[in-house]
Formats: sequence, structure tokens, C-alpha cells
Amino acid sequence: MIKEMDKEDLLERRQEVQVNDFCMTVCTVNGSGSATANNTLLRALFHMGIPVSGKNIFPSNIKGLPTWFSIRASKDGYLGRVAHDDIIVQMNPGTFVKDLTYDVQGGVVFYGDHIKLPIDRDDIIAYPMPVKDLVKQAGVPRNLQDYMENMVYVGVVAQMLGIGLGYIEDALCSQFRKKTSVAESNFAIVQLAAEWAQNNLEKKDRYWVEPMPPLEDYIMTDGNTAGALGAIYGGFQFCAWYPITPASSLAESMVTFAPRLRKNPDTKKNNFAIVQAEDELAAIGMAVGAGWAGLRAMSSTSGPGISLMAEYMSMAYYAEVPLVLWDVQRVGPSTGLPTRTAQGDLTLNYFLGHGDTQHIILIPSSVNECFEFGWKAFDLAEKFQTPIIILSDLDLGMNLWMTKKFDYPDQPIQRGKVLWEKDLEEFPVEWGRYLDVDGDGIPYRTLMGNTHKKAPYFTRGTGHDEFGNYSEDPDIWQRMLDRIKMKIESSKETLPKPVVRALPGANIGLIAMGSTEHALIEAQDKLNAVGITTDFMRVRALPFSSEVQKFIEAHQQNYVLELNRDGQLHQLLVLHYCDMTDRLTSLSYIDGLPMTAEWIIKAVFAKEENSNV
Amino acid sequence: MSDKKDETNAIGLTRSDYRGERSTLCPGCGHNTISAQIIMACYEMGIPPEKIAKFSGIGCSSKSPTYFLGQSFGFNGLHGRMPSLALGAAFADTSMKIIGVSGDGDTASIGLGQFKHLIRRNLPMVYIIENNGVYGLTKGQFSATAEKGLELKHQGVNPFLPIDIAKEALVGNASFVARSFAGDPKQVRELLKAALSHRGTAVLDIISPCVSFNDREDTLHSYKWGRQHQAPLHDIAYVPTRKSIILDEFKEGEIKEVILHDGSMVILKKLEQAYDPTDKWQALQILEEAEKNNWLVTGLIYVDPNQPSLYDYMNLVEEPMNRIPVKDLRPQRETLEKINQDMA
Repeated sequence: MIKEMDKEDLLERRQEVQVNDFCMTVCTVNGSGSATANNTLLRALFHMGIPVSGKNIFPSNIKGLPTWFSIRASKDGYLGRVAHDDIIVQMNPGTFVKDLTYDVQGGVVFYGDHIKLPIDRDDIIAYPMPVKDLVKQAGVPRNLQDYMENMVYVGVVAQMLGIGLGYIEDALCSQFRKKTSVAESNFAIVQLAAEWAQNNLEKKDRYWVEPMPPLEDYIMTDGNTAGALGAIYGGFQFCAWYPITPASSLAESMVTFAPRLRKNPDTKKNNFAIVQAEDELAAIGMAVGAGWAGLRAMSSTSGPGISLMAEYMSMAYYAEVPLVLWDVQRVGPSTGLPTRTAQGDLTLNYFLGHGDTQHIILIPSSVNECFEFGWKAFDLAEKFQTPIIILSDLDLGMNLWMTKKFDYPDQPIQRGKVLWEKDLEEFPVEWGRYLDVDGDGIPYRTLMGNTHKKAPYFTRGTGHDEFGNYSEDPDIWQRMLDRIKMKIESSKETLPKPVVRALPGANIGLIAMGSTEHALIEAQDKLNAVGITTDFMRVRALPFSSEVQKFIEAHQQNYVLELNRDGQLHQLLVLHYCDMTDRLTSLSYIDGLPMTAEWIIKAVFAKEENSNV
Repeated sequence: MSDKKDETNAIGLTRSDYRGERSTLCPGCGHNTISAQIIMACYEMGIPPEKIAKFSGIGCSSKSPTYFLGQSFGFNGLHGRMPSLALGAAFADTSMKIIGVSGDGDTASIGLGQFKHLIRRNLPMVYIIENNGVYGLTKGQFSATAEKGLELKHQGVNPFLPIDIAKEALVGNASFVARSFAGDPKQVRELLKAALSHRGTAVLDIISPCVSFNDREDTLHSYKWGRQHQAPLHDIAYVPTRKSIILDEFKEGEIKEVILHDGSMVILKKLEQAYDPTDKWQALQILEEAEKNNWLVTGLIYVDPNQPSLYDYMNLVEEPMNRIPVKDLRPQRETLEKINQDMA
């Protein structure tokens, strides 16, 4: 029943001509150098003003295994993944047959004519491309031939869809910034291929592109680059990291950008340090040391690294050491699917550590927000003197997204309660490192190198009193831990508030977090179009602020949608709002791929249909 | 006789300005001797306590930083992970003297990785291993430096060959490796001073007997065995930068000088055999011989005063990084506009 409804009402109605609205998947083997070609197509569409997103679905491998790059063009601005393809560009014989099954009726396949496999579908349009001949014809040196074959599909696809070659040239130039000769030689192949297509292929399919008003307020980049830039504009001073997919490119972007942006203008010396540690145990240890000594310190990793960091994170929580930790999530448990995306580390991070530990977590959903949270996290860490965890994911971190331009931070750097020599001299009471002078649970700290006689103190993970002295006194232990809890709880209303996308007349709530936002917005609109009207709340931080409770209270039924098996966000909501569990329903799954609007629609439909019976 | 209490050092501080809290370690523990020598070395060198930061891991040894330099910042970190903690903190103010205290469990087992990587990076700090061959705080289990055949109450006989921390340091390209014995406080003190003047990771493996769990007189980490088998490589004397000394009293070939990075010097007086601590091959050889012959070789085993330190690769600003004003930490608005343009 539901399937019938899907077909009739939910899937896009195909018309004769379909403009600026399709999903195109390029199928190659990894290591073949297709990234440049794919990004060229992506950027060309973006420069045409067409909202677009690109998703690289790749194996945990360097060379030779299948990889897919999906480009979604959406005149309506939907950037989430779609599970089907309108257009397939096929360069990989190994996946030829299976990939074809994802093509929609009336869809297209462009394929290298070296693939001699039957096309067992008569409902799609096939265009062969003489990739090897054209590359040979162009006289490309042998060692570059494989790579240049990718430019053939760029030219053919551009010609057949109507992407002006000027856009392709611009996109190539922006990728090869300083290497104009390389851009030129690539573009020559594109031109040759486009010309061949014009002379030899007859357009039979319905897909076209047309320029739209320029996307002036938008840029195109990935979440890891944005997070790195956020940290740099947040005044980071120390970053320790250990390579792990999908987090590596965050620290690597810092290595790229920090020397350009963070040198002392007079001396040309760095006012930061980045250290590649020997493992995550050391990376977090370094960050804790630096954060303790008064540097804006950070680390970035993924789930397995978080597991290794648990003990120092527990200590940083109890010893009240500020630092920022990025978790760019991938699929676990275990090594899991290291090159696939997930939202499975939420509960791990929230309670990371032994004993009573509960951390502050920020959850960006867009590349722009990775930048914003990237700088804000340092202010929060130093304000509350505690680790701040930022939960990103592979889809957000590693894929290219069109996103709003980065806004320059709208508030000055705030370093929290730090006392230097003069401040200590003027301090009204006898200073103690863990003494709650202001009644807000946040003590004052001194930093290593402070030469005031009263400044030095001894930091320990063992029980300690208000003055940092070792203590096993039961009252003191309880008092200290309660104060820390109060401090963390008090952060709620300072953290980024949830974002609500309300529709008039909605009585159902959708609750989600992070990068699934894009699929959620699309699903919300499409559900609304078929009469299921919802409000959508995106949670942006833990512990939850009062708005979260209000949203749940305002809806009889709240669906919590997330990319993990057990519904971890749902678990935490149930834990916090145990008197409203009947209003909270978990809709979660994990298969390694970004969430689709289609899945959400089906899942909500199924629940609503059951509840209406 | 003058009252020692009133004596002051070059910067006008007394010994008690370098003391810490009362030790809670067992009476007679070698670690207490080492703490006392840290106090003396820093006092005699006239280092302001606020210019020293102390770090440690977990174990009896790692408890000791509370028992010295009470007017210095300190951080008692996690088991085996003092090196990373110290490294991160050191960047906040590279003018600080960093002292790390670890034990044989903390360094040779859980911390072996961090130990070797610290050495590889050559972070300027003194790395002391208070080595007693046994886990004290958990009551008497074998550590990785326990000798083969060692018999401990409740543990039986250790079947494994030990890890030699000095050897590990040497093959890890350490720039300063010394071994000493808590029963020889004077040597400990002179080596500490040299280590504090070294610009790089200075490893001090100090045999420091555990009187509660591993001090039987026939065992390698005991006082008695140490006294009977100690084989100093040389008499060592540390000479601060500003003191000029006359070396004429020594015959040629009898002494070896090593100028450290800050201009101070260690003078090594030859004992039975000539020994050149700048020769790594000789250093490895002497450790191998010592193991075969049951010697407790002590002294400055190896030093390279000019090996680049971690800071040399970082192009850091001169001022302490934790004192950089906030206005210098955020790039100008125009730079972000340029980035936005490039990504458009």
C-alpha cells in the first residue's frame, strides 16, 4: 500500500524535460584520478547557480576498488543524498551491471566504450564514449592517459546536459589555481570530447541544465576544511592529532592554512604549534597539557580515536582542563566501515570517561556551522574550563558542499577566568584553583609561567579540595563533583540553541542532529505536500537546552531520526525527559550511506499509517 | 659552623623555598633521596621555582613531585602518558624548565611508546625514571625492568629478560642518557644539573630501591647490590656557565669536558677506563658489557649537546605563547573575505 503511494505521490513526477534536477553518479575505480573531473562538474554546476552537492562513496583502499561520486543538482535547493540515479557515468566495468540497476526509468548511462558488457535495460538511454580513442587522438603522454580519460566524460556530459564549456574552464582553473598549463591541457581534452559528442551523439534523454541566479552568498568546501579554519579564527594555539579517516583532513587543513594566517606579522614566527602525535593516547595527552598550560588546545579524530582518548578526557573533565576535540564520525563498532558515514558516537562522547562524566557536545549540520562551532568551541571550553566535543561526520567533513559564506566571528575571543600576576595581587579572597568564588561553579585558574608567589598549584586526577590539595575526604569529593555537574548544567543556555523549522498546523515533531538536516528538510517539505505536516527541530548541543523540552511538549508525536542502529539521540532524550517517553519514537538505521529524504518519508509514513489504524 | 637554614643561593632563595610537602612514601624509599637531590640541584643552580614545571605519570615515583618544588606548577597525569602531557604544556612557555618523573612501570611498560617518541622529538626536559624493578603502589608485582630470575613474594620467579631503559633511550636516538643510583646522591645531583642544562630530552635512569617489595640484598635493584656492583664511568662534576675553572690540576687524558647548550659544562674525571660519552657505539658497548658482567654502570652514558630540539622545527614566537594577547590570535577580517572569495 505504502509502496503504491510512494510511486504515485512521493517520487518526483517525471516530465518530458527535467531541468536542474537530477542525481548523477560517476562510477570509477579509486586511484584513477577522477576526483578532479568530478569536482569540475560539481563546481561548474555551482557556478551556474544551480544548488548542488557532491558525495564521494569510496572504499577503504588506495587503488583499484570501485568508487562512486554522486552529484545532486536541485533547483529546489535539496542537498541530501538520493538513493537512485538519473544519470550514470560509467568508467568501471567491474560495477557496470549492478550500477545500472540504480538508474531510474528513462535515466541515462554514459559509458566508456571499452566496456563490452550488455546493457540489459531497454528503459534507459545509453551513450557510449570513445574515451581511449579520444585520449590517444589528443596525443596525451602515456603516463597521463588514465587520468585524462576522466576529462572525456566531463566534456561529453557537459555537451549533452548543456553545461557551457566556459563554466567547465572556470572550474578547472579554480582547481589548478597556479598551474594554468595543467588546467589548459585538461580543458583541451574536455573540448575535444564535447566536440565529438556534438557531432556523434543524438540527444534522446530529458535532462538539461540552465543557469540560475548566481549563488552569491555561497561557497563550496568541505566540513573538515571549515572546522580547521574555524579553529584558526578561534585563536587555536596547539593542535595534536593522529591520522585517521575521516578526520585527517581537518588537521591537514590546519597545517595548510595556519602558517598563512597565524604568523606574527613582524617576526614571521608562528603563534601556534601543530604536532602529529604517535597515537590518539598521546594526541589527547598533548592537548590536555597545552590546554592546562593556557593554550587554546585541540585534537581531531574519529570513533576509534575517541575510545583511546577516554581516560584523558575523563581526567580533563575532573581536573577542569579546557580543550576542543573533534570527532568526525565513521561507522563502528570496531574498524567498521572506515570510509562511510554515521552518527554512532553520540552516547560514547556524551559519557566519555569512567565514573560520572558528562561532556558538552556541539553538533554542526553544515559546513558553515563547522566553521562557526570551530571558533565558538574555544570560547566555551575556556569559559566552562572543560573539554568541548564537536561531533561532525564523514559526509559533512569530507564531502564538498555548497554552504553559506563564512561569517567573521561576531564576538571577541573570551578566555574565561584566568588570573595573571596583577589579577592575583588584586584578588579579593585567598585564591584556590577549585574555589567557587562567584557561585557559578566556575573557579579561576592560573597558568604555568605565572610568577606570582601564590600562582602555582598542583593538578591531579586524584581527589582534591578547593585548593588543589590531595584529599580523600568524602564530603569534599561529593562537593567537587556536584560543583562540576552544576557548571556543566549551567552551560545549557549558552550553547547553540536548537533550530526549529516550523510549518503551520503541524502536530508532529521531527527531531534530528547534524548532517542529516538536508534530508530532513526535503522530507519535511515532501511530507507536507502529501498532507503530513511536521515541525523539524535540529538539536545543536548537549546538554539539552529548555527549548528541546518545549518542542517535545508541543508535539504529541516526535520522531527522532538518526544514522545509528540504536537511536542514540532518542536514548538520551528519553533519559532526560522520562515523563514524555510516549511522545518520542525512534526512527534510526545505519548502512554507511548518508540519510535520504526517501527513507525518512517511508519511515514516518509507516509509523503514521500504523498509528492511524 | 653557619646555620644552613639561613644560607641562600644566587637568587636569594633558601633550600626550603625548593621543598615540597612531606613525603608519604615508605621511609628509606630511594625516591625520597632523588626528590632531595632535585631540591638541591635546583637550589644550587639558582633556578627560580616558578620557572620549573613538574610532570608525572602514575605510581609511587609519580607521586613524588608533590614532595619537592612546592612553589612550582605541577601536573600528575595518567599512567605512562606523562610525556605527552609535558610536551603539550611545554609549548605554552618554552622558557620553563620541565622535569618529568616516572617509574619503571610507567616508562617501560604502558609508557614505552610515549617515552620513545618523546626522545625522538627531543623535547627539552629532564626525564627521570625512578627504577626499582617492581610495582610498589599495587603491592609488589614484577615490572618490565625486573631481572630474569628475580623471585618476589606472591609472584614466583620472573622468567623474562628485562627491558634496559638506558639502552632503549640510546637506540631511540636520545640526546642525553645517564644512569645513576639513589645510593649515590652526589652523582644523582650532578647528573640532574647537567640534565637541567641540556637542550633536549635528558633521560636519567636512576636505580631507586623499593624497601618494601624489592630490596633483598642479592637483587639487582637493592641498595646492597647497588653498592657492591656500582661501576661509575667517571667522577662527574657540573660547572655552571659563569664559573671559570682551572683544569690544570688534571693530567691530560684524565678528564673529559662536555660543553652543554647553555654554556655550562660537565667535567668527567677518568676512573679505571677512559670513557667518551659522546661516542654512541661505546655507550652501547658499555651497557652490553655491564649486563654480562653484573655491573651497575653509572654516570653520563651518552650526550649530544647539539642535537636539534623539537622547538627548532616549530618556528615559534619568542614570547610565551600563553601570554599572547587575544587580538593577535584571530586573523584580520579581510583574510576571511579572501578565503570566501577563493572558495566561491
